[in-house]
Amino acid sequence: MPQMTLVQAINNALDTEMARDERVVCLGEDVGLNGGVFRVTEGLQKKYGPDRVIDTPLSESGIMGSSIGLAMAGQRPIPEIQFEGFMGPAYDQLVNHAARFRNRTRGAITVPLTVRVPWGGGIHAPEFHSDSPEAIYVHNPGLKVLCPCTPYDAKGMLLSAIRDPDPVIFFEPKRVYRSFREEVPEGDYTVPIGKAKVVAEGTDVTVISWGAMVFQCLEALDGLPEDLSVELIDLRTIHPLDFDTICESVTKTGRAVIVQEAPKTCSMASELSAILMEKCFLHLQAPVQRVCGFDTVMPYAKLELQYLPDAPRIAEAIKQVVAY
Amino acid sequence: MPGTNGAASTGKPAGGKRPSDSVPSATLIKWLRDMIMIREFENQCAQAYQQAKIGGFCHLYIGQEALAVGTINSLNPDDPIVTAYRDHGHALARGMSARACMAEMFGKTAGCAKGKGGSMHMFDKPNWNFGGHGIVGAQTPLGAGLAFAARYEWEVMKKGVDGGPGKKKVALSYLGDGALNQGALHEAMNLAGLWDIPVIFVVENNRYSMGTAIERGTTMAHDLPAKGRAYGIEALTIDGLDILNIYDHFKPLVDRCRETQRPAFVDLLTYRYQGHSMSDPQKYRAKDEVEMFKKRDSIALLEQHLLTERKAISEADVDKIVAECKAIAADSVQFAESTPAPSPEELYSDVYANPMANLSPTREYVEGEKNPLL
Repeated sequence: MPQMTLVQAINNALDTEMARDERVVCLGEDVGLNGGVFRVTEGLQKKYGPDRVIDTPLSESGIMGSSIGLAMAGQRPIPEIQFEGFMGPAYDQLVNHAARFRNRTRGAITVPLTVRVPWGGGIHAPEFHSDSPEAIYVHNPGLKVLCPCTPYDAKGMLLSAIRDPDPVIFFEPKRVYRSFREEVPEGDYTVPIGKAKVVAEGTDVTVISWGAMVFQCLEALDGLPEDLSVELIDLRTIHPLDFDTICESVTKTGRAVIVQEAPKTCSMASELSAILMEKCFLHLQAPVQRVCGFDTVMPYAKLELQYLPDAPRIAEAIKQVVAY
Repeated sequence: MPGTNGAASTGKPAGGKRPSDSVPSATLIKWLRDMIMIREFENQCAQAYQQAKIGGFCHLYIGQEALAVGTINSLNPDDPIVTAYRDHGHALARGMSARACMAEMFGKTAGCAKGKGGSMHMFDKPNWNFGGHGIVGAQTPLGAGLAFAARYEWEVMKKGVDGGPGKKKVALSYLGDGALNQGALHEAMNLAGLWDIPVIFVVENNRYSMGTAIERGTTMAHDLPAKGRAYGIEALTIDGLDILNIYDHFKPLVDRCRETQRPAFVDLLTYRYQGHSMSDPQKYRAKDEVEMFKKRDSIALLEQHLLTERKAISEADVDKIVAECKAIAADSVQFAESTPAPSPEELYSDVYANPMANLSPTREYVEGEKNPLL
């Protein structure tokens, strides 16, 4: 089985589905000739031609709006928005159109759309190129939001997303794009939407994270005392959340730490801690704690690592929650 | 005509014979009927709105009837259209029943979107109507996408997504003159010009975006086709009050776009008699202006043509059509009133394709013990 990076696995998923389904078209800024700003779509235009892998102008509202039109007509467009910060101009189309047409037409018109978005910090880029806006899109009913962080999950979940009958936002953690390789099957397989993954089993405390932060959590776990048993959950799907896996774990451990890149206030971490309060209150041995980006604008390169949670911060939070 | 600038395409094209000359009188009578139907329907809407039977907002099409009927009848029935929020006329002209349209206004399950969309969101997929849309200008890239999909079908897939044959289509993307100032339109026009997308941007230029006269909000108001030309798109201005004139100039344009698979931009001059919405004090225009336009009423123009030039219809025939349309419009109100409101399960159905786990427990609350602490 070939070893692939996250970038290669996503490219392989697109290749797999474009070969299988002629309705699939990729479109975005520089996705064709240049293979995308992160080279995720490298080689696809050569293989499938400029009619199916389409270079667009810098025009996010137009890209998203015309992709929605394609999807309404029964095609399977996959627009790439080059950086998560550039979703701003496309927000109106995504939230007021894509997310709502099924409901507004009572199922007569649907939008099977997969929006690929390089997401998150850790590549020394400034704001708009390092943000984590997932909670904004979760808050709008009608969208599904994914953020896998391993090559295997990314390929399987992207194939699930493209075949999903509803609009899906597929966030790709840039920091992980080329950080490691793992075995990824060349053929067709899917990883279901809505299922979290237990990365490490443990009994004392549950750590919940997603995206590149999963690897910071793993690093934190390495530095903890041997007798501290930590369960680490990678959400993989941000929306819909996998209540079962999360609650089963916290019911067992009685303690939870949520780790995310996004600013703390009104975030997915806020939502997760509310869910744990509602569903696991009698099992909690300590307040649920959040280790997050700060409530400030994503800083540029030199301050980036002071903003993003890292292993020492996460480890300290785990220790405090366990000692409570 | 009032409001026509020198560049508007009016009158007989060179050569003498007008495309509308070859439209059979029976078809013209059908167009007249469609226009009268829209007007009578809108009159009933106004009344029902004032009686608070219609919720939210209500934007009437009275005065602009020739535009929807003329442009839609220049299309094939399976050419997709999208429009903005002043959308009742397009829905009816495209074949939606008055009952389904009125029930939608009333928010009832028999509406075209089962009472979920309301006045601004008339959808009718079987008739290739991909909706009225409430965000000004945001529908224009959707029209480009629908045209793109049609072109992709015949050119790349060589078949339709539904398994039928792919064929050359044209999509209409209607917008009001207010949408000329929205970014989405300019992105859509750039993409259409760049990629040869067979979409026609149809500006329903009724001279006012809500309460702002066009020259107060839009540059180049005296020459809107310049905006299309800026994107390499064929652009023209057409007098949109005379349906025969619309057909004379718009039908050949549709045929050209279908053949060349290129986009176009049309400034269609029209006028709305009512306010922007039902709650518009109309301080921005003089009563005289409205009266002046009413003297060139689009229904009266076609009526006169059929009565005097074609001699295809009598005054009594017109009266009969009006009476029939009034009856259909009144029936649609009665129907809308008598048909049921959506059941509470509509609160949580059709948000996603399949019931999705772990959303807020709307169903449990609605169908269960009404426990707020679920």
